[in-house]
Amino acid sequence: MKNRSLVSITDYTKEEYIRILDLAEEFEKQPTQKILEDFVVATLFFEPSTRTRLSFESAASRLGAKVIGFSDASNSSVSKGESLKDTILTVSNYSDIIVMRHPREGSARFASEVSGVPIINAGDGGNQHPTQCLLDLYSIRKTQGKLDGLNVAFVGDLKYGRTVHSNVMAMCNFDTTFHLVSPIELKLPSYVKMHIKNSNLQYHQYTDLSEVMKVADIIYMTRIQKERFSDPIEYEKVKNAYILTANMLEGCKENMRVLHPLPRVNEITEDVDSTPQAYYFQQALNGVYVRQALLATILGVK
Amino acid sequence: MENQDIRKELIVSAIENGTVIDHIPAGVVFRVMRILNLEAAKTQVTVGFNLESRKYGKKGIIKVSNKFFENKEINKIALVAPTATLIVIKDYKVTEKRQVALPDEIFGLVKCVNPNCITNHQQVPTRFSVINKEDLKLQCYYCEKITAKNNIDII
Repeated sequence: MKNRSLVSITDYTKEEYIRILDLAEEFEKQPTQKILEDFVVATLFFEPSTRTRLSFESAASRLGAKVIGFSDASNSSVSKGESLKDTILTVSNYSDIIVMRHPREGSARFASEVSGVPIINAGDGGNQHPTQCLLDLYSIRKTQGKLDGLNVAFVGDLKYGRTVHSNVMAMCNFDTTFHLVSPIELKLPSYVKMHIKNSNLQYHQYTDLSEVMKVADIIYMTRIQKERFSDPIEYEKVKNAYILTANMLEGCKENMRVLHPLPRVNEITEDVDSTPQAYYFQQALNGVYVRQALLATILGVK
Repeated sequence: MENQDIRKELIVSAIENGTVIDHIPAGVVFRVMRILNLEAAKTQVTVGFNLESRKYGKKGIIKVSNKFFENKEINKIALVAPTATLIVIKDYKVTEKRQVALPDEIFGLVKCVNPNCITNHQQVPTRFSVINKEDLKLQCYYCEKITAKNNIDII
């Protein structure tokens, strides 16, 4: 894994996921370790994403690395018309690893081809966001104590949500039963369902969130966006059906935890925050440990 | 069978040395020409289309004198003309005859269907893996989206 770019969640094997999760656990116990003092980490955010950038910069800082980069393309050479290739070639002269987010899909794969240093994809448009996926795996393992034998429910926009697609792909490496809750218009694409079938795993589809409440170990909530509907009346019909409230949690498994990639809008009401099931803010913190594990592994110090 | 062959020879003249690409679906002859860059050819090229074919109804044929294609080059046409047959002629005799075959990877020939793909915005040559050869499906190496048969756009 040393010096290898992480562009897509499928770049790693099951063993490699586990290795990262184990290492992240070490960093959770001892977050500040000055093991990257000789390294420069570049964070190139061609589109703003404060949460992801701060999480990476926090991870790098806790390991003692120097961080360079930009948080918005408008105050970088990109606004002068520089190509992605030239930006990457230049920055790879100044740094040991590049963390990048870019609005175009496939940009991170392309960058990994031209760059002299490894790339970590922090989101390329609607395509991949592998560090989000790894922190979700970490959160699932941490709350359930295992990754095998779980009932995982994905709720909301399963059609366009890249997080859902990569998480399903990654969880197919484990003995998972999938519960897919979405409006008819936003069902999981057939190629992802094929992947579940080919992994000899089972999935069940629902349109009603209450149906999975008693069976789920994990409920992974996502936001339904109005602009995904061709017919606004259809949106009005379904929009409230996928909002999780505290009283819906009655009768759920004790170990059940609610995850959400954040930011949430209204799909989880605030009264859920104070229940033992709410895990989404802790989930975001786990992102720092997972990113520490990735930086240390790819830079070859762990 | 023999009669058919004779008629074909009458319609499109024989060549001494070169390559015949036969059984091209009638509607894609010009796309095949473009893929093989035959518009810029210096040698003699004979093109026929809407010819009678017992097997395919209407078909197209291209004969290129004194030109022999590399496999890699000729297989590109399988994208639009999967039924095409390649016939190599030397001294008026058929020395080789085979079906074109889709390669496993396609470089810089097809446009990615995804408008937000990096290849549609920066100078990045396209690259696809052929993930389904029967019901043609190409997966972009960069954005990972699928370009299917009905939306293939040849660059």
